[in-house]
Amino acid sequence: MKAPPFRYHAPRTLDEALSLLASLPGPRLLAGGQSLMPMLNFRLLAPEHVVDLNRVEGLSGIREAGGEIVFGAMTRQREIEFSPLVEARLPLLAEAIQWVGHRQTRNRGTLGGSLCHLDPSAEQPTVAMAMDATLAIVGPAGRRELPMRDFALDLMTPALDEGEILAEVRIRPWAPGHGWAFLEFARRHGDYAIVAVAVLLELDASARASRVSITLGGVAATPVRVPEAEARLLGSLIDAEAIADAAACCGAVDALGDPQVPAWYRQRLARTLAGRAIPAALARTAAHAAAGGTP
Amino acid sequence: MDTIVPAGQVVVPATAAPADGYTARRMFGTRAARIEDPALLRGEGRYLDDIRMPDPLHAAFLRSPHAHARVTRLDLSAARALPGVVAVFDADRIARELTGLRMPLGFPSATLQKDITPWVLSCTEVAFVGEAMVMVVAESRAIAEDALALIEVDFEPLPIVHDCHQALDAQAPVVRSDAVSNIAEQLQVGFGEVDPAFAAAPHVFTESLFVHRGAAHPMEGRGVLARYDPVEDAITVWTSTQMAHEVMHSIAAMLGMDQHNVRVVAPDVGGGFGCKYLTYPEEVAIPAAARCLGRPVKWVEDRAEHFVSAIHERDQYWDVDIAVDGQGRILGVRGRLLHDQGAYTPQGINLPYNAATSVTGPYRVPAYRMDVLICQTNKTPVIPVRGAGYPQAAFVMERLLDRVARELGIDRAEVRSRNLIPPEKMPYDKGLTNRAGVRSIVDSGDYPATQAEALARIDYVGFPARQREARARGRYLGLGIANAVKATSRGPFESAVIRVSPQGRIDLYTGALAMGQGLATALAQIAAEQLDVPLEAIHVTCGDTGRVSLGMGGFASRQTVMAGSSVHLAAVEVRDKALKVGEQLLGVPMAGLRLRDGRVEVIATPARFVTLSDIARKLKGAPGYSLPPGITPGLESTGLFQTNSQAHANACHACEVEVDPGTGAVRILRYVAVHDSGCLVNPTMAEGQIHGGVVHGIGNALFEKMGYDEEAQPVTGTFADYLLPTSTEIPQIEVVFLQTPSPTNPIGVKGIGEAGTIPVAPAIVSAIEDALAPWKVHLAEAPLSPVRLLELIDASAAA
Amino acid sequence: MSSDEPVRAISVTVNGTVHRREVAERKNLADFLRQDLQLTGTHVGCEHGVCGACTVLVDGVSARGCLMLAVQADGCSVETVESLAGDAPGPSGLGPLQQAFRDRHALQCGFCTPGILMSLTELLRDDPAPDEHAVRLVLSGHLCRCTGYQNIVAAALQAASKAGGGS
Repeated sequence: MKAPPFRYHAPRTLDEALSLLASLPGPRLLAGGQSLMPMLNFRLLAPEHVVDLNRVEGLSGIREAGGEIVFGAMTRQREIEFSPLVEARLPLLAEAIQWVGHRQTRNRGTLGGSLCHLDPSAEQPTVAMAMDATLAIVGPAGRRELPMRDFALDLMTPALDEGEILAEVRIRPWAPGHGWAFLEFARRHGDYAIVAVAVLLELDASARASRVSITLGGVAATPVRVPEAEARLLGSLIDAEAIADAAACCGAVDALGDPQVPAWYRQRLARTLAGRAIPAALARTAAHAAAGGTP
Repeated sequence: MDTIVPAGQVVVPATAAPADGYTARRMFGTRAARIEDPALLRGEGRYLDDIRMPDPLHAAFLRSPHAHARVTRLDLSAARALPGVVAVFDADRIARELTGLRMPLGFPSATLQKDITPWVLSCTEVAFVGEAMVMVVAESRAIAEDALALIEVDFEPLPIVHDCHQALDAQAPVVRSDAVSNIAEQLQVGFGEVDPAFAAAPHVFTESLFVHRGAAHPMEGRGVLARYDPVEDAITVWTSTQMAHEVMHSIAAMLGMDQHNVRVVAPDVGGGFGCKYLTYPEEVAIPAAARCLGRPVKWVEDRAEHFVSAIHERDQYWDVDIAVDGQGRILGVRGRLLHDQGAYTPQGINLPYNAATSVTGPYRVPAYRMDVLICQTNKTPVIPVRGAGYPQAAFVMERLLDRVARELGIDRAEVRSRNLIPPEKMPYDKGLTNRAGVRSIVDSGDYPATQAEALARIDYVGFPARQREARARGRYLGLGIANAVKATSRGPFESAVIRVSPQGRIDLYTGALAMGQGLATALAQIAAEQLDVPLEAIHVTCGDTGRVSLGMGGFASRQTVMAGSSVHLAAVEVRDKALKVGEQLLGVPMAGLRLRDGRVEVIATPARFVTLSDIARKLKGAPGYSLPPGITPGLESTGLFQTNSQAHANACHACEVEVDPGTGAVRILRYVAVHDSGCLVNPTMAEGQIHGGVVHGIGNALFEKMGYDEEAQPVTGTFADYLLPTSTEIPQIEVVFLQTPSPTNPIGVKGIGEAGTIPVAPAIVSAIEDALAPWKVHLAEAPLSPVRLLELIDASAAA
Repeated sequence: MSSDEPVRAISVTVNGTVHRREVAERKNLADFLRQDLQLTGTHVGCEHGVCGACTVLVDGVSARGCLMLAVQADGCSVETVESLAGDAPGPSGLGPLQQAFRDRHALQCGFCTPGILMSLTELLRDDPAPDEHAVRLVLSGHLCRCTGYQNIVAAALQAASKAGGGS
């Protein structure tokens, strides 16, 4: 199908973009286009105006500032994939980005676009949730910041008000030597995950978990942290029993179901994948590697 | 690595023996590069939507969003008023351009329920989601779609038939108000004394099987472009079809035109896989609009339309029994097949008929009976997709044999060996007739050797050790095998014209239809073998009714056999004629002549020659001058190979899979496909057919499900939901060919296009069941999703 | 095009040639290449970004032609299959990757082929010696119903080794 008619706008500055959003009826923001364009082509959406962010200056790029890695919202997945900074400081994101779509879609798809589309199965929102990313939003009332957990309101519902634009995503790296793992199950490589699991671990000198993040994508309406699983590991030696208990917590999270993928199956995947991702993350911790051990 | 293992004597057409060191060109059987490729690789292919036409109009169709509803109001005024809209056709309006509003039935049937074919447009009642209701013609496709959004329709929903079983229910609604019953047709096929065989059998096992095959999904959808010439009252229709001639006849009938004023041309076709072997409503509506409006009209099916308005193959439910003796030898097979036909029957009963008559496959079955119920549902109509019922039949038979093996404690390969038709029984009478009433005779093949080759390649004997070793590491491997046979080369004929022009250009015209297999190359190879010219010297035109008056097209893995044989006959005649004329012009007996690079030359003194161009000029005739004695006019020949017998291609597939019991994921670790398609015209292209066929089969085994909910609303309408196999999900496929020449045709070939697909689902499902043996999971369906596998594992664990 | 269809003037370099056109704002890049520039080698197979038939290179990287508006390509450099035979065509007028496709029978109906050629062109520029896994990963962004992908993988590896990238 062909897209319905709309007026196209290509602002050059954030101010120009904001004033277009403020003045136009029913505007729709176009970022990488890898989700919006199919919806337009299917005529699932018929916006009167499309405001393209691709030519807005200063919305793209990856840099380090204040101990955080700062991403312009229009940073393309390709840039993340090939960023030495991301590889060195945010290995979880580096691993997760390999699962995002295909090379041909990562070349245009953006971090901000994915976070705002907020598909519950998408990898980037899962990582943002896992790492407590901070989202900087600009709008008519100025700039505000939200942690990812407050940004992801509900199914495909970001905490963006009318006229607002996600401008920046900041992620604070975990300590050097932390362990990480991103695992997902999809029917085919590059498909949206049915379930994804992100695990981050820091160990103390006695090889007990001193910091834990366990996040599930694709299970609930938004990516969710699993505090019960995190609590089970925190302060513990990560042995087979701890892993099984934490995985069981992941398998007990309330899950969405549909005729193709019932809730019980998402829970099963959550348990299975968590049970694999936790030891994978553990194996990557510097402490564990130094000990040369296996979980 | 793909390998060719010759078995038996390979029959290759006779060519001149080298006399002076010159070796006649060998083309048949070589790995020639395709003549189609350069244009396609440069982006110079000409698919339907690539045809440039001055001042074209573009059509779009309003399609039913309801599975079954009555239309209570239809208001086209806003659509008609949209700037850029040229015409809006509802059923009444299009009917004025046509001899009838109902599509003709594809294949003749005396027994099928009447008034069962689709409408060109349907504006009073709709019977499936996707049914064409209104056609908008506009200056651009985008505007035509804008206009669709302005059409106002009120629907009164009607009760829905969403499944075969429900269709049979006495309380079920009727699929369409003009249908007398949800059963389109009921038939029985079989042979032998079935009931006595079962009554006396030491063992009888029963299976209830569900086999789903999705849609065809060529990467190019359908599409039609029509241009009407009012001076000649003639119309040219380009359409992405597998059967140009039948489309031509349908258009002529529906538009009330003489067939000589209707030319149908298939341009480059971006794949067919069965879904283009049909005259669709759009192929009538577009020419009708072009004639009515006096401007070219184009419609290009988009993927969203393809999902619901191009045919599916979909659901079959099989309840079957097998009777065996204590050694696992088959005594009889019987059962009932419920076939989901969808809302209309555009073609006939060939798909369920094929399925029901091909169950016994490569095996000796003394008694067989299948009751077939063709059920109408409020879903997209069904005709064959690549494999055409054979994949389902193979699934049924191979699942039954696995069951026998398990119950009797006999090795799965051994059970098959005991039942395969042995080579010494060839030709073997299957005891059935095909739909033309001709006895089904398996012509040739060495089925035990085929299976033995597959077992050797997959290291069947070494597998139990691999499986044990993997299980010790918590990994679950399984091995599966399946045999198949496909009756290819369906008749009654195919056409081939070879014509040498006075300029020396060699043209080959055929009613066969190229949709990507490399047909032009294969036919050129067969012709070049006789004419001793390079492939590029032969200009092949497929599927243009303006070039050749008769033709059947591309279906049933028939074209290399049927068109290939016709080309062979025509090429031999052209060759012989050229030599006869050369004999007279050069004064040298035929035995002393040969064809070489477009000329007839004297073997002893090659500098003495006449060119084919000279001969063609001679034979075109000059006013009042006689032709060489005994020679008919024209350096050309028409081959019309005609047969009712079928060349039977066979295969054995073996694969190893790993199942992840934590996710239900299935990974195919190795895949071996051993095939016998008779003499291979081009082994490289033959391997390519098997690769594609196997991957189609993998889709059917693991990925492709055209899902509907209980309101018969499709739930898999995009490529994100309907999963075609991708490069990362499939293994290297190891292809091996045996070559048992078929005696059914002059070049010893058998069809190949569908053979690769048929045994795949049963082989993979058998391997999964083997991998899950610790849970004793019983698998009785395809496709199998990870969700379903875990569900079955859980159920087995609980039991 | 109806009179009220919003249009915009763009300038796009396609295969080295600058094209200035007025284009409907809603028209996607694939349709623009095919309909406005008559570069019909780029095909349209699904219009939702999955099949990959419309893949072209935009400023050197692969992109779905159906998921980009033509107006977004204003000022960009686009490469399509029509550019691949290049200045130094092989014996049959094909570039090295195209020739490898012919040698290895990596196409059947050919409809998906142009998009695949463009993705592999990008891959081989970035990584002249990819292994089979790398090729399959790139190919996973394309659907092909004919070939089973196997010969496409072989062709890509052949092209890589011919280009001197193979070890």
